[in-house]
Amino acid sequence: MLQERIPDLSKYVEPYRVRKEVYTDPHIFDLEMERIHERVWVYCGHESQVPKVGDYYTVQLGRQPMIMVRGKDRRVHVLHNRCPHRGNMICGDRSGNTGEFFRCSYHAWTFQHDGRLRSIPMMESGYQGTGWSRDNPDCNLKPAARVQSYRGFVFASLSRNGPGLLDFLGYSKIAFDDICDRSPEGEVEVVPNCFRVIQRSNWKIFLENQLDALHPSVTHQSTGRAAHEVEKEIEKRTGKAPLSYHMLSAFATVTIDKWDGFQTLNYPHGHCILTGYMGLRPKDPDTLEYERVLAKAYGEKRKEEILSTNIHHVLIYPGLSVQSPLQQLRAVRPLGVDKTLTEIWHFRLKGAPEPIYRRALAYYNLVNSPSTMINADDLENFWKCHTGLQSDGGDWVNFQRHFGRDTEKGGVVETGPNMGTSEAPMRNQMKAWAQYMATEK
Amino acid sequence: MATGKKKPLPRKKATVRAQPVNPATQHAVEQFLYRQAEILDSKRWQDYIDLFTDDGVYWMPPDPSHETWDGMPAIFAEDKNVMTVRMKRVLHPDAWSQRPLWGTNHVVGNVMIEKQSPNGDLVVRSRFHMMELRRDDVRHFAGSYLHHLRKAKDGYRIKLQRVDMTNAQAAYDYVLQVWV
Repeated sequence: MLQERIPDLSKYVEPYRVRKEVYTDPHIFDLEMERIHERVWVYCGHESQVPKVGDYYTVQLGRQPMIMVRGKDRRVHVLHNRCPHRGNMICGDRSGNTGEFFRCSYHAWTFQHDGRLRSIPMMESGYQGTGWSRDNPDCNLKPAARVQSYRGFVFASLSRNGPGLLDFLGYSKIAFDDICDRSPEGEVEVVPNCFRVIQRSNWKIFLENQLDALHPSVTHQSTGRAAHEVEKEIEKRTGKAPLSYHMLSAFATVTIDKWDGFQTLNYPHGHCILTGYMGLRPKDPDTLEYERVLAKAYGEKRKEEILSTNIHHVLIYPGLSVQSPLQQLRAVRPLGVDKTLTEIWHFRLKGAPEPIYRRALAYYNLVNSPSTMINADDLENFWKCHTGLQSDGGDWVNFQRHFGRDTEKGGVVETGPNMGTSEAPMRNQMKAWAQYMATEK
Repeated sequence: MATGKKKPLPRKKATVRAQPVNPATQHAVEQFLYRQAEILDSKRWQDYIDLFTDDGVYWMPPDPSHETWDGMPAIFAEDKNVMTVRMKRVLHPDAWSQRPLWGTNHVVGNVMIEKQSPNGDLVVRSRFHMMELRRDDVRHFAGSYLHHLRKAKDGYRIKLQRVDMTNAQAAYDYVLQVWV
């Protein structure tokens, strides 16, 4: 049925341009959920969100309400949030502790943390001969087809088929290595707060913005200039401004031409990396102390390797934007063709000195909180973009900046020298999109 | 989830029994809070920043259980310098998100003086309701203010303004561009 309403999608994506309906057509959105978000590995959360047995978080994967729960076996399970009886959601809250087992609030069916049926009231008298029993897997909370963690970051796939998590992540797994390796213990824990912000736009518009290296100096110049002015004023007064001002002023002081000096690396499955630019390795006493701690844990050579990892941003298509040097990530939850939720988390480097946590926290609060002075203008653009795409003034979205000048080595597309603003990441994402969408089973 | 642990009741912070206060002080504080609301609604950002002491902080915790902004995730945790960045940003001609028609309307009430120091400094709790218009969309925000006020020659200055949004834990549809 769905297929009949959707024209031949292979004609909708060309190497450097995409039909506008890809962003605005609700039928295409439904098909995206079926063929992309409900198939590929999607980020559920971090293991430290559910430290104790029975701890759970609800999460939406594609259109599916799911539960991520810590079981008695200490494993993290991901289950459909749906009672097999009448379809009631088992967990109505965003998070909590379910105790020894799940219990449906409608008719008191109970389930183990791994989803297996535990009991049904009147199981003997009411269900004799019906086939509803503990032996029947249809009586369980249906688990996600596949669940796997990488360094504490939990992913689930709702399809039995497809590459394993590490194959899917490919080189983009460096996002989690970079986050965790920056801890002298090689581990992070979640900072117990999730900022949630809704965007009135299609989910792809957000992802395409993440590695768009040209937009910051245009979109964010008001905040960059304002921060730069205050930064200079503080420097004049006290000699040194906190790094947080630099995090904001870099949006303006790095001018359009300079952005071309960075690089994007574009991988299979739509994943991409933008190289670093924020100068997050100053020579202040806090940083030097942190470097000493890291050197003690890893040795000088390995410490250098870790701290010189050249990443600003890793985009793990289709649902995760990671800023590993700042230990932050944004998970993308499409709510509708024109509505997208971002869940924004910050992680603490276990064993790292407090000032290093606070430095990243400043970025989390200033850039990623609901009072963000940066994303305010992005979200304004996203809304304008989405609304503008309803127009019949044109049929295509264009991704031609530096087209034809990328180099490809072993499936990895690199932007050329002084072409960091290339729209290669958008082309790469849409290439993956078209491949996913063409796969029926 | 009958088997789950009972959620602890939120810690009662507001004292039900406000201490007796001089009606003139009550009046002065109410006037101060009304003026603050008027300054915000008329977008007089510098005047708003000037209401704060030099070491003043504007704080909006994401969770009512937070007891300090220091080292914690916060929706706002701004000293006068960061507030100045925010002001300069919204006044910049290329602050795109500021282009569309938008405005707010605050109503402040339930003003209770919780603590009065011999030097005249006050701790004041109040409630607010704020309607925001942006383009054709209306949003409603409500919550409580906690003001630590320092007595000044010409009235009061804010040492700390804590803003607890009733919807602090809910998803934000778009963002908050200025102080509430």
